[in-house]
Order: sequence, then C-alpha cells, then structure tokens
Amino acid sequence: MATVELHGLMKHYGKDKIPAVKDVSFSVKEGELFGLIGPDGAGKSSIFRMLTTLLLPDGGNATVAGYDIVKDYKAIRNRVGYMPGKFSLYQDLSVEENLNFFATLFNTTIQQNYELIKDIYVQIEPFKNRRAGKLSGGMKQKLALCCALIHKPEVLFLDEPTTGVDAVSRKEFWEMLKRLKQQGITILVSTPYMDEATLCDRIALIQNGEILTVDTPEQIVRNYPFPLYAIRSERITHLLRHLKAYENTRSCFAFGEYLHLTFKQPHEKAVASVTDYLTHEGHTGLECRQINPTVEDCFIQLMKTA
Amino acid sequence: MKQFIIFIRKEFKHVFRDRKTLLMLFGLPIVQIVLFGFALTNEINNSKMVVLDYARDKGSQELIAKLESSRYFEIEKNLLSDKQLEAAFREGKIKTAVIFPPNFYHDLMHTNKTQLQVIADGTDPNTATTLVNYIQTITAQYQQQVMGQTKLPYRIVPELRMLYNPELKGAYNYVPGVMALVLMLVCVMMTSISIVREKELGTMEILLVSPFKPLLVILSKAVPYLIVSLVNLAVILLLSVFALGLPVNGSVVLLVSVSTLYIITALSMGLLISTTTASQQTAMLLSLMGMLLPTMLFAGFMFPIENMPLPLQVISNIVPAKWYYIIVKRVMIKGLGFASVWKEVTILFVMTMLLLGISLKKFKIRLA
Repeated sequence: MATVELHGLMKHYGKDKIPAVKDVSFSVKEGELFGLIGPDGAGKSSIFRMLTTLLLPDGGNATVAGYDIVKDYKAIRNRVGYMPGKFSLYQDLSVEENLNFFATLFNTTIQQNYELIKDIYVQIEPFKNRRAGKLSGGMKQKLALCCALIHKPEVLFLDEPTTGVDAVSRKEFWEMLKRLKQQGITILVSTPYMDEATLCDRIALIQNGEILTVDTPEQIVRNYPFPLYAIRSERITHLLRHLKAYENTRSCFAFGEYLHLTFKQPHEKAVASVTDYLTHEGHTGLECRQINPTVEDCFIQLMKTA
Repeated sequence: MKQFIIFIRKEFKHVFRDRKTLLMLFGLPIVQIVLFGFALTNEINNSKMVVLDYARDKGSQELIAKLESSRYFEIEKNLLSDKQLEAAFREGKIKTAVIFPPNFYHDLMHTNKTQLQVIADGTDPNTATTLVNYIQTITAQYQQQVMGQTKLPYRIVPELRMLYNPELKGAYNYVPGVMALVLMLVCVMMTSISIVREKELGTMEILLVSPFKPLLVILSKAVPYLIVSLVNLAVILLLSVFALGLPVNGSVVLLVSVSTLYIITALSMGLLISTTTASQQTAMLLSLMGMLLPTMLFAGFMFPIENMPLPLQVISNIVPAKWYYIIVKRVMIKGLGFASVWKEVTILFVMTMLLLGISLKKFKIRLA
C-alpha cells in the first residue's frame, strides 16, 4: 500500500492564479526513500506544504499514511515529521533546549526515541549547550533532522535539507537518510541537486509545477533515448558556439569541463565527422567519447520534450 | 499540559535572552514614571521672578517675603531700573515681575488703596495665567492679613478644597495614564512581534505540523506577556507609592483584576495584529501607530477629552485605554469600589471578548 498518494494535486497563488503545482500525481511506497527533484521554483515546497497540511490544494487530493490531507489534517500532523527548507529552529535556544522542546511538543522525550536519533545526535552532542544560531550550516541541518525525527514519525518530509550545506555534510546527511530508511520510515526529500537523485530509491523529476517522470534513477537513465557524448577542447567557449551551429547537433550543454552532445543522426561516423568539423574550425586537444547519461542529462532532455 | 509548560518556558527564554527587549520591557515603565514624575510636569515650581521695589517699606517687604516663601517663585531681587527689567524678560530668564510703587504701605494705610504692577511673560499663556493667579492669591491673602483686625461689614470668604488631590499633584493624573500606556505598549507589541517572529523564522510551520493545538500556541504566547505585564504593573504601583507618594486609595485587588482584564484586551489586540501581518517590522509599526498614538491622544491624561470636537470624542470611545484610565483614576485615587466602575469594566470586557473572538477566528491553522 502506498504511504503517500497524490491525485491531480493543484495549487495556484495570488489573484492571477499563477499555477505553482499543475495536476501532480505520484505515489510513495511504504519505507521508500523518495526524491522530488527539480530546480528552484519548480513547485517542490508547495507540494510538501500541501502534504504536510500547511496549504490547502486548489484541486485534486492526496493522502498521507492513509489520511486525507484536507479532512484529516489533525491525524496527519500527529504522524509526520517535517523539516522546512529554511532553517527553522529557535536560534536563541541551545541545541539541547531545541530538541527537548520539540520532543515535549510531540508528547515524547529524548530518551524514549534516542535510538532513532543517536547516530546523528552524537555528532552534535559536543555542542549541546551552544545556541542553535551559532551552529554551522551542516550542524543546523543535523539538529533540524533530529528535531523532525524525535517523535518517530511514520513519514518524514525533508524540504531541501542539503541546500546551503557543504559537500562533506551533504554526503553524511544522505548516509543518515539511508540508515533512517532501514528503520522503516518513509522519507520524502526534495532537492535541486541532480547528483543526489541517484541516492534515492525512486525519484520524481519536476519542472514548472509538472512532473516530468517518476521512476528509479537507474531506469530514468536507462530510458535516455540517444547515445550521449562528452566532448572537450582547449577553447571550450568557442566549442559550444561551433557545436550549436553544427548541422548534426541535436543538443549540446556545458557540463563541468565537458560538453554533453547528442546527434540528430547518431550514425557510426558521426563522431569522426564532428571531430573533422571542429579541427577545421581550429580546435586543438579535442577529446570525444561516449558516456552514460546522468539524471541531469535526462532532466534536460525531458524538459525539452515536455 | 507538559507541552504547554515547556512552551511557556521557551517564551520566557526568548524574553530573557534578548537583552534589548528585556531592557525595553522593564526599563520602559520606570523611565516613563520618572520622566513624567520629575521632568515632564505641568506643575510650576520655583519660577524665576524679579521684584522692583521702589517703596522699600514694611508693606513691600512683607509681601515680598510672602511671595518668596511660596514654592512657586524664586525671587531675584537686585534689579534697579525698568531697562534692566525689559532686558531680563527678553533673555527669557524670568517669567514674572512685581513692581512696588513708592509709598506702597503708606498709601495702603492712609488712602486705603494702593497699586501693584504685575508683569508676566505671555509667550506661554498657560504658565503666565497660572503665575499671575498665584500672585493675586498671595496678594489677597496678605490684604486679608492686613485688614484682619478691622471688621468689614460684608465679606464672603471662599473656603477652597481640592478633593482627592489636595496638593494638586500632577502624579494623580499621569500615573494612571502611564499604566494605560505601558501595559498597552508592552502587550500589543510583544505579542504581535513574538507570533510574527515565529512566522518569519519558519518555526510556525513546524509548530503547525505538530500535535500541539494552534489555540494553545496563542495561549502559550499570551501567558508570559501577561506575567511580564503584571510585574510591570507592580513596578509602576510601587514606584508611584514610594517614589511619588501617591497612595492606592481603593482596593488593590480590584485594581489588579481590572488591570488584568485590560492586559488581556491588549494581548488580544496584539494577536489580531499578528494574524494580519507577516513581518516583525510591520507588526511593530502597526502596534505603534495603531495603539500608542490613540492611547496617548484619547486616554484623556494628556488632552482632556471634553475639550475635543464631537467626532473625536466619539472616536475616543473605542480606545480601551480611555475606559481603563477612568477606572484606574476612580479606584486608585478616589478610592471607589466596583459599584462605581462596573459600567466601564463591562465596556472593557465586551471589547476584549470582541477582539479575542475576531483574532481567534482569523488565526490560521495553515499557512495561507
């Protein structure tokens, strides 16, 4: 049975009814680590706020842990953990006071569910008397996660938990999520970072309030329809311009120090002819090889076809 | 219940860890009482006066001594000519001058009539009138003293008595006013800001997505500020009794319970402001504009309401501070009981219920 289910969920804002979420449907299985992946302004936070009963949908319906998000909002509020995108703990309270406050608020104690947060809490425990406002970004996220977890929720909603956190802390954070998943908690996490997508069991790619696709990251990558090439030269800025002008180019994007390239006619000689063309344009140090697409490549490709 | 207590404890921590707020909360009443008590007073004490005494006889000396012994005047004698007199007025050093003509006492004794010139600085009409009145009263007293032996055939002697405030102290007027002002300011501003801060920080989102009831959020916000306000009330009352010598004539219990009602009025007003604003600045501005100004203008302790044009008098009726001010004056100064203030208390009570009802109805259990 699906723990979270959305059917044609819609939300618009303001007098002009600017749509933020358009007809979104997907479902999250019990015990799954589900990622909602898309750029800023895609509608991720709006979806999370509707699922956590903070916003009323303007259309469609959804259930969380079997409860309707409009009718049974009280039941849902008892059962979920929510970590908003903005760091939302009391800056002038210490780490321990924050945790204690939220534990009590949820009718529990730190001791009772200590097992659940132990792995995370031991990392911030040395600073337990420090005020939350004086913690580093990664520490703040860990504390916020502890606070969201302290009441052993059935479903955990994490809205961009790794935004503004350094690479090492991000990695640690995802490892913590994996461990939490083993405890049987269903986790919904949103992120604008495509590289985090592969860490989820299943992901939904979202753009402009619309779901592009829902699948496992592996399957999404496997579904990429064209052979993909990574290409570089010594003059990378000119390379992009030249490739965009090239007749056989279907798409070409800058991707780190490489450009990712697909052909309109991906025949055997395509690579050879594009190399010829580029050498003719005066490029040196050319390097071109076929690669496996990443989730970001898929996202760009889906965005164009949508 | 445990949740409620820890929430209140959290609110107190917010209050005590923010030094600036703390200073404002407890410094404000003290500063206001002291300011109004010793600096901003419309009582006249030791006003500078010069005396040009061309008579230098028994009568002028006695009258000068009388003027000097009153606490209203401080006499600078050594002026010799009219020119110096005018210069002194121009410099603004003196407010009044009394000029005795030659043969002042002689004329009084022999022709039964003498003159005395009183000059006052009219740039501040209220002060000038008051000062001239004082001089006239003192002169009249002296005249009676001189005439005391001889019996006039007809005499009306008014026996004056200032009820409730025999010494005409300004404190009787402003202490209730400061109470109305400080309680309003602290409650409205603090409640609205503290709720809006939760919205601004995003903690409101977490609070809403918890089993804690939204109504209890409000209640836990109100309780700490109710307590803080009661402490403030105690500070004001203690200051007024021991520093200003203004006793509480009526029942302290009645005074405190009415004040509690007024505090709840202010808290619900703060709550109402918090439901309609999204940023701390707006909340603060609204509390200041919406509460401080009307309270100062319409409570009646700065500007008498009876002197206002009718539309303003009507408006003053919706200002809670006006009713509270009336009640406090009656209870604290006149020493009257509940029977004489029940009407005002009822009005205040209805206002509170109305405000509380509207703000609870407007309080959102969701974000938008």
